[in-house]
Amino acid sequence: MELSTRYELLASKIEAKIGDKLSRSPSSTGQLTYELSPADLVECCRFLHDAEDCKFEMLMDLCGIDYLKYGETEWDTAEATSSGFSRGVQGRANDDGELHREEDAKYSPKGRFAVIYQLLSITHNHRIQLKTFCEDAEHPIMDSVMPIWNCANWFEREAFDLFGILFRGHPDLRRILTDYGFIGHPFRKDFPLVGNVEMRYDPEKGRVIYEPVTIEPRTLVPRVIRTDNRYEPQLKDSKDA
Amino acid sequence: MNPNLKILKMPEIQNLTMNFGPQHPAAHGVLRMVLEMDGEVIQRADPHIGLLHRGTEKLVESKPYNQSIGYMDRLDYVSMMCNEHGYVLAIEKLLKITPPKRAQYIRVMFDEITRILNHLLWIGSHSLDVGAMAMFLYAFREREDLMDCYEAVSGTRMHATYYRPGGVYRDLPEKMPKYQPSQYRKDKDLKRLNEARSGSLLDFIEDFTDRFPKLVDEYETLLTENRIWRQRTVNIGVVSPDRAMQLGFSGPMLRGSGVLWDLRKHQPYETYAELDFDIPLGVNGDCYDRYLVRIEELRQSNHIIRQCIEWLRSNAGPVMIEDHKVAPPERLEMKDDMEGLIHHFKLFTEGYCVPEGETYTAIEHPKGEFGVYLSSDGANKPYRVKIRAPGFAHLSSMNEMVQGHMLADVVAVIGTQDIVFGEIDR
Repeated sequence: MELSTRYELLASKIEAKIGDKLSRSPSSTGQLTYELSPADLVECCRFLHDAEDCKFEMLMDLCGIDYLKYGETEWDTAEATSSGFSRGVQGRANDDGELHREEDAKYSPKGRFAVIYQLLSITHNHRIQLKTFCEDAEHPIMDSVMPIWNCANWFEREAFDLFGILFRGHPDLRRILTDYGFIGHPFRKDFPLVGNVEMRYDPEKGRVIYEPVTIEPRTLVPRVIRTDNRYEPQLKDSKDA
Repeated sequence: MNPNLKILKMPEIQNLTMNFGPQHPAAHGVLRMVLEMDGEVIQRADPHIGLLHRGTEKLVESKPYNQSIGYMDRLDYVSMMCNEHGYVLAIEKLLKITPPKRAQYIRVMFDEITRILNHLLWIGSHSLDVGAMAMFLYAFREREDLMDCYEAVSGTRMHATYYRPGGVYRDLPEKMPKYQPSQYRKDKDLKRLNEARSGSLLDFIEDFTDRFPKLVDEYETLLTENRIWRQRTVNIGVVSPDRAMQLGFSGPMLRGSGVLWDLRKHQPYETYAELDFDIPLGVNGDCYDRYLVRIEELRQSNHIIRQCIEWLRSNAGPVMIEDHKVAPPERLEMKDDMEGLIHHFKLFTEGYCVPEGETYTAIEHPKGEFGVYLSSDGANKPYRVKIRAPGFAHLSSMNEMVQGHMLADVVAVIGTQDIVFGEIDR
């Protein structure tokens, strides 16, 4: 989808100043999105916050994302249709990480963890989205934007808690949503939906105890990816679509 | 004098650390706060949240799109349909579909009904915390009528699951459910209760909007000029416009500080651009101003609902798009037509695939900006959903808002932030 002229104008102003640090991502929804490297993050955010034409005085949202299983499915679609046999691949749905990944370049993101920033300018009524990929998938780390937008405090704590992304310069990086003493980062794609431990009250010990989880993970509806002609730009105008 | 005898000094009085909640009734559910007090004065407040964390976003990633609408109701469980709205709009944006006009008007009407529901609960519990008992009873009397509207349209009083990508689940009912005779109720009372319910749902809502402005006046007589109410809220929790923006405030919290920002006006969605309403603004940014802003929002919402009723009465039409790849076909069509049967089967087993892409969609929720970041890799389930809950940003400012205030003011600040843990903990 094309950007509106207002956003084209904004984009040209931003790119004139810090265009060498940003790369514009294509958007299907007309939202202006930039990708930038972690090293340039704070500098670019400072510019976007202060510059007269940008004035992004609010950080509406900050969230982590884990691209580990991007584009993976639990169900054969196209190949199975032609042969006419069962589509479900046994054991696939419940295996840890042994899922089917489409052999397509668009499903190979630039890194495992990314942090996404949603900025809002009240002065100019603009929104943009920034995305940075953490360089190291083992120890994801990102600079904190708390000095620029104070509300990043809890958002960064949340991203640390749920994804294990560390924020350099954050004054108080504690867990926020999970339990006291929780182990692991639950929103990572390799963390099981049912969790690892469950807790109950033990009448003999007289306290609450943790035990390995007893419920079985199961998939009610398998994950499938179908290409729909209506949404494929090159097919959209052809007659068979 | 004995050289071993030292001069006794008064010990330094240390700050007292106090635990507030999570069982405290004014903690609005499950807020635990560690307060560092110097006597009665708060030095530092450290909210501990997450006691209601259910991992909604992770659960949403494990289910087809439509099956997660119900989770949205359970986020902010006092403004259910507005949460659904944010989620459904995000899906619609990625699918590039627009619901029919009538569905948009129904959504706007129910968004505003929800806003009144939310603000009524807020004013009830806020004033109860601060010490005005009666308000709570009056607010809940009116909430009951609005809950009946929810029930008439969706079958449930709270967790409606009424909005669907492509429109709303069904059209407004022609008949309003009535109270049944019962041995515990006099005939006279039954007649009075059923009087407004004799017509359609729209008649019932119109009757409500006729009565409601006078009821808001009634609430104001209890609070606005009330000396105790003013003593408890004026100059409490003052936030300057600059700080409000720094802290990520939105909705009445931002407008209470005098920042003119309302997504319904500035980034209109659905049919808000066609409707006439005003945005109230605060001046001082204290609890009292935020109270006035929300009271005025009640009146404005009432005004919007009336415009929607007028439009909906004169414009019939579909409330769901015809595209059966997204919206299920009619029951009759499903029984008669092979194509319809296939569509129905696919939709209710596998769901629909959303084209690859990402979007951040925000609506003006009663509490502020409710945003949904949705990332899809082309599958029938979302790849990542992040819910931007307005209360999360508001509560994170708690430390700054209560510093230097008395312990009792903490309760007033919790009230003015309109905290609901369903959305903060997610």
